[in-house]
Amino acid sequence: MKLSVLAEKLALKPVTAMYDKEISGVYISDMVSDVIANAKPGDLLVTVQIHNNVIAAANLVDIAGIVVTQGKLPSEDVRKMAEKAQIPIFSTDLSRWQVTTMLYEAGVR
Amino acid sequence: MNENRWSTGEPRVPWEGAEILYSEIYQIVGDDFEHGGEAAAKIKAILKQFGLDNTVIRRLSIANFEAEMNVIMYAREAEMQLQVLPTAVRVILSDRGEGIPDIAQALQEGYSTATPQMRQRGFGAGLGLPNIKRNTDEFEIISTPGVGTTLRYTIHLQS
Ligand SMILES: Nc1ncnc2c1ncn2[C@@H]1O[C@H](COP(=O)(O)OP(=O)(O)OP(=O)(O)O)[C@@H](O)[C@H]1O
Ligand SMILES: [Mg+2]
Repeated sequence: MKLSVLAEKLALKPVTAMYDKEISGVYISDMVSDVIANAKPGDLLVTVQIHNNVIAAANLVDIAGIVVTQGKLPSEDVRKMAEKAQIPIFSTDLSRWQVTTMLYEAGVR
Repeated sequence: MNENRWSTGEPRVPWEGAEILYSEIYQIVGDDFEHGGEAAAKIKAILKQFGLDNTVIRRLSIANFEAEMNVIMYAREAEMQLQVLPTAVRVILSDRGEGIPDIAQALQEGYSTATPQMRQRGFGAGLGLPNIKRNTDEFEIISTPGVGTTLRYTIHLQS
């Protein structure tokens, strides 16, 4: 499924420029060492962690995009870094659980 | 001096005297979270230019990120040296810092001395060293308490 389609279905707020991509799966975690070892290339990362080290890790393992939950917002520096890596970030007030169920309902399995 | 050593994997390429096709050194500074992951990113870009296999690049990138963040969190400074050989890629990372008093304990999944601030940033799962072990073919830790730690890890290239 395309990131743009998902963003619309879940009413995710883009907080960076949009780089539309096909996502191959989803990984949900707030521990950086868990993300870098277990997220697959092309995954959408759902997390509350949004700082420069997470963007670095996401870029190293080719994560397609990031959804930040609980209404958290990345800093200007983090947004710029993500754009340079062409990893779009979306924000939502929903919890990780709500995002998970909505992703499933949207057809991501 | 009170040096601790630990290693795993079958050594295929000698550490001294091997043919080195490319080598580069990156500096890492303790507590420098702002640049955490940049050495790993530079190495990834170079390995892509060399046309190495994506799986090899991914495995080395995971190990490099973990090793780099550990210097930032637990040491004062380090040099990270990348070596590309005909049959392997490897990294030698030497830091000045407190060292690791009990390497076997540090390697256990879940063991961490991360501070609350580090945990708030999503570090401290105690998975970094296990991730390096899992993603490399040879891995060696040499640490002297009060002096520093050297990591050496290698990924073999399939021909
Ligand atoms: N370069 C180092 N110098 C001194 N101590 C280290 C070094 N690297 C690791 N350690 C010690 O080993 C422990 C385990 O390291 P490891 O990378 O496995 O987990 P972590 O860094 O605590 O958490 P995570 O990597 O999952 O964020 C650390 O908490 C720290 O006490
Ligand atoms: Mg670590």
